[in-house]
Amino acid sequence: MTLSPALDLFPLAAAVLAALSCGLLGNFLVLRRLSLMGDAMSHSVLPGLVIAFMITGVRTAPVMFIGATLAGVATVVLVELIKRLGRVEPGAAMGVVFSVMFAFGVLLIERAARNTDLDASCVLHGQLESLAWTTDAPASWVGVFDVATLAATPPQVWTLALTVGLTIVLVVFLYKELRLAAFDPAMATAQGFNASVLHYVLMVFVAGATVASFEAVGSILVIAMLIVPAATARLLTDRLLPQILVSVVVAIGAAVVGYAGSIGVPLLAGKREVNAAGSITLALAGLLVLAALLGPRYGVLATAVRRARLRRTVALEDLLGSLYRQEERGVLPRTIDERVVRRARGRGFVRRDELALTDDGRAEAAALVRRHRLWESYLVERAGLAADHVHVTAEQLEHLPSAMPPDADGSDPHGRPIPPA
Amino acid sequence: MALARPESLSVGQVVEVLTFQAGYNTNAVLAGSAMLGLSAGVVGVFALLRKRSLVADAIGHATLPGIVIAFLVAVALGGSGRSLPVLLLGAAASGALSVLCIFAILRFTRLREDAAIGIVLGVFFGLGVVLLSYVQRPENVGASPAGLHHFIYGQTAAMRAGDAMLMGGIALGAILAMLILFKELALTSFNDEFARVAGYPVGVLDGVMLALVVLVTVAGLQAVGLILVIALLIIPPVAARLWTDRLPLLVVFAGGLGALSGFVGAAASALLPRTPAGSVIVLCGGAVFVVSLLAAPRHGVVAVGGRRALQRLRIAGEHMLEAAYEHVVTRRHETVVPARTVRAMERLWGWPVWLGPMVLAGLRRRGFVSRVEGGYELTPSGVERGARIARNHRLWEQYLQAYADVAPGHVDWSADMVEHVLSPELVAELEAAIARAAGTPA
Repeated sequence: MTLSPALDLFPLAAAVLAALSCGLLGNFLVLRRLSLMGDAMSHSVLPGLVIAFMITGVRTAPVMFIGATLAGVATVVLVELIKRLGRVEPGAAMGVVFSVMFAFGVLLIERAARNTDLDASCVLHGQLESLAWTTDAPASWVGVFDVATLAATPPQVWTLALTVGLTIVLVVFLYKELRLAAFDPAMATAQGFNASVLHYVLMVFVAGATVASFEAVGSILVIAMLIVPAATARLLTDRLLPQILVSVVVAIGAAVVGYAGSIGVPLLAGKREVNAAGSITLALAGLLVLAALLGPRYGVLATAVRRARLRRTVALEDLLGSLYRQEERGVLPRTIDERVVRRARGRGFVRRDELALTDDGRAEAAALVRRHRLWESYLVERAGLAADHVHVTAEQLEHLPSAMPPDADGSDPHGRPIPPA
Repeated sequence: MALARPESLSVGQVVEVLTFQAGYNTNAVLAGSAMLGLSAGVVGVFALLRKRSLVADAIGHATLPGIVIAFLVAVALGGSGRSLPVLLLGAAASGALSVLCIFAILRFTRLREDAAIGIVLGVFFGLGVVLLSYVQRPENVGASPAGLHHFIYGQTAAMRAGDAMLMGGIALGAILAMLILFKELALTSFNDEFARVAGYPVGVLDGVMLALVVLVTVAGLQAVGLILVIALLIIPPVAARLWTDRLPLLVVFAGGLGALSGFVGAAASALLPRTPAGSVIVLCGGAVFVVSLLAAPRHGVVAVGGRRALQRLRIAGEHMLEAAYEHVVTRRHETVVPARTVRAMERLWGWPVWLGPMVLAGLRRRGFVSRVEGGYELTPSGVERGARIARNHRLWEQYLQAYADVAPGHVDWSADMVEHVLSPELVAELEAAIARAAGTPA
């Protein structure tokens, strides 16, 4: 399958640009637990679009943009107002505002703007595919970097490009403030800039990005684009700057893969292309699932491997510790797991012919028991715990090689000698 | 629809519709919408209390792929794909799956609830849109998907008596489930940690609650559509929350307001031309909410504002009495406060011109002052009251100085309450400290 510039250049450009501006802003929404603001906004701008159309009678980009942005800001203000006046929980306040505004928008379309092409379903699904080339299309991708291309660019793509530019300016210039406000709004206010003004600035941008993306990609993709790239990046890193960069890569990658897939995948089955905005959403979901499974630190797989490894280490160390204590005072360990014994023999810690420590094993076990007894001494002497309460804690701490108890000699709180280092 | 949609309305028509005399089909729509509102309100209360209102949002959006997949499966099996039960089953399945996905994201990743809901909502709806665009090309499927669209916006007018009965059944089922599990759901909603410790199966209860949300959502699809059904689950409970703090009443109010919105909205839609019922029902819910927000007796804006204003007046009156007592009664041993002294006080405190007369009127009404030639006279009860306020004021100051670290927890108490907040021993000790400061023996 090949993409043709005539059909695919502008839709692809629109998708990538929308992905960029939404993806960038989404980072701050996800961190501030405002992920659903995009959802609310994308439903509640509908009456803004319709009213702007009813007042002006035209359906040009700037008019729609102003109407929808005003509706977006109204949403934020109303949500805040209801939260404050009625002490309504934030999620519920959002739900009340956007559903009522959406209902109002649908009613307005039905009653006043019925005979226009202002169709609620195109607002929902997006019409990426309709951004096709209208004039002479270049035959190959080489030809797209041409003055004629710029001249033929649809206004939606220009709007999106402008939005991306403004968003980048916002993020670069207010990076420090946004970062602080994202993690600690109270601290931000204490440091002398008004976090709630910043909140409104951010919301105006979210409204703007929502609206700019609307006509091109529809509201579903806006919701997904605002949240999923940032969420994906959040699974891969703890720091804000890498998170933003990863989210940008994810957003652009999903836009390209999803768009190509919307044409290519059905084609494999001999069918016609499917909705591109929806496909991009699915590509985003795929990347998120990959990150959730394979993420190096927080991924499901990495966590499972880490847990299994720790479990094995603990079992092995428990066996060594038991054998050491058996040598010390002649008490046989109560339960012996054959697999753990086999592993201990494989590592040369336990003798082949009987269940007893080798010299290597004894050294390893002594170090472990030393850690255990040092922790017990420490917990009694420094942390002030009772001698009969420290065993369980020491039992856990002894398996953590990174946490070393302070050195000491002599005996533990139960009178057992601490093995020398 | 039995009713021809006229461009103008007569009172008779309105009465006809509202009293179930406008024909069998209209009655079915009205009853069905009211039942839908009732069940959504009742179920929504627990979603709201568990801070899960927007899970309903995700469920609503997530029904779309289920509907389209059910259609595809039905067509593949040789049917027309228009069978309502099959489509609703698909909707319920994907709605339930979306809840599981939200829980999976919360369990296995470090993303928070808002992100989990947003992701599931966006992705499921995206999948639905992709599938819808696939089935909408006749050459792809070979059967017309006409009608699937109605699930997005709803088509209340198409409701038949059977649908209304289904809605009634769901409402009844939801209310029954709730009555049986009332204690458990209540405890889980208010304190899930305690419920867990007390041995309640919190996970199962949450599951039941969300299953009810899925059920109501699916029931509402045909009537109000998948985006607006969430409004019925959110708005009535939030509105009811403004009216009462008691859970049993909350459930009754939410159900009642939901039923009212459904009934009035459906009636308005039947009477007015070109009004999609789903939207009108939700807008009725919105109107109910606005009225509640303004007029609810305890938490409404008017009530709260009124209470604050009264409180301010009362406190201003106490300031006035205290000042009169300290500056006039104790210093000059008089009980008449000249009018110019009153004006000087008002200027000192920066009162707006209307506040002074209101405060004085209040004090006169309560019998603390009376009007005399050239000013106001403190009555014996006014003197006593002023003395008491002055003393409490001192006590409070003393307490704040001595116990600054505990005091912030008590700052909401007015001076009146000082003696009730502080122990008698502490009050005695503080009075001794005041006496020492004044140089007189205690």
